[in-house]
Amino acid sequence: MEDTLQERIQGIIDSNDVVLFMKGTKHFPQCGFSATVVEVLRRSGSDFQDVNVLEDPDIRQGIKEFANWPTIPQLYVRGKFVGGCDIIREMYEKGELDAVLSAKES
Amino acid sequence: MVEAEDLEERIRQGVGDVSHIVVKDLTGTKDHWEALIVSQSFSGKSAIEQHQMVYAALGELMAGPVHALALKTYSPESWHKQEG
Repeated sequence: MEDTLQERIQGIIDSNDVVLFMKGTKHFPQCGFSATVVEVLRRSGSDFQDVNVLEDPDIRQGIKEFANWPTIPQLYVRGKFVGGCDIIREMYEKGELDAVLSAKES
Repeated sequence: MVEAEDLEERIRQGVGDVSHIVVKDLTGTKDHWEALIVSQSFSGKSAIEQHQMVYAALGELMAGPVHALALKTYSPESWHKQEG
């Protein structure tokens, strides 16, 4: 992945506390897994920046290399990759997600 | 397309020390899968690291043939706890 794309991704992640790379938008998710994470974040009362990878093929491919994670959606909190749909749903069900979402700058 | 046996074999090879594995075709179209995997290799690893091990084992299959893969990964200890 060339540097400019890497920097662009890093820039998005660094400039938002909570970022969800997803298919579709927070108001119109276009994939079941992305919609699940949007719903979990809504229930957690957490605002987030949505990045619609369907509108940006470079980001859609680059983000997979960036996190060494081959699927979308991907959730980042304060610059750190937190997980995909399975992990986020499991964290939410175990009550672990709120702590991650609300943790101040470490 | 890919068969359940292919996925199972790749995971057994790539992850190693697999003591229990169930691969399920969620939609009957052989591209939306669920895999439950118990392996000693997962011990002491975070959920992300465990899933990354499975994705690495499946390699290029994740770039097309497998559209979605729901993962449930356990070390033997956490699996026994889960089983109760």
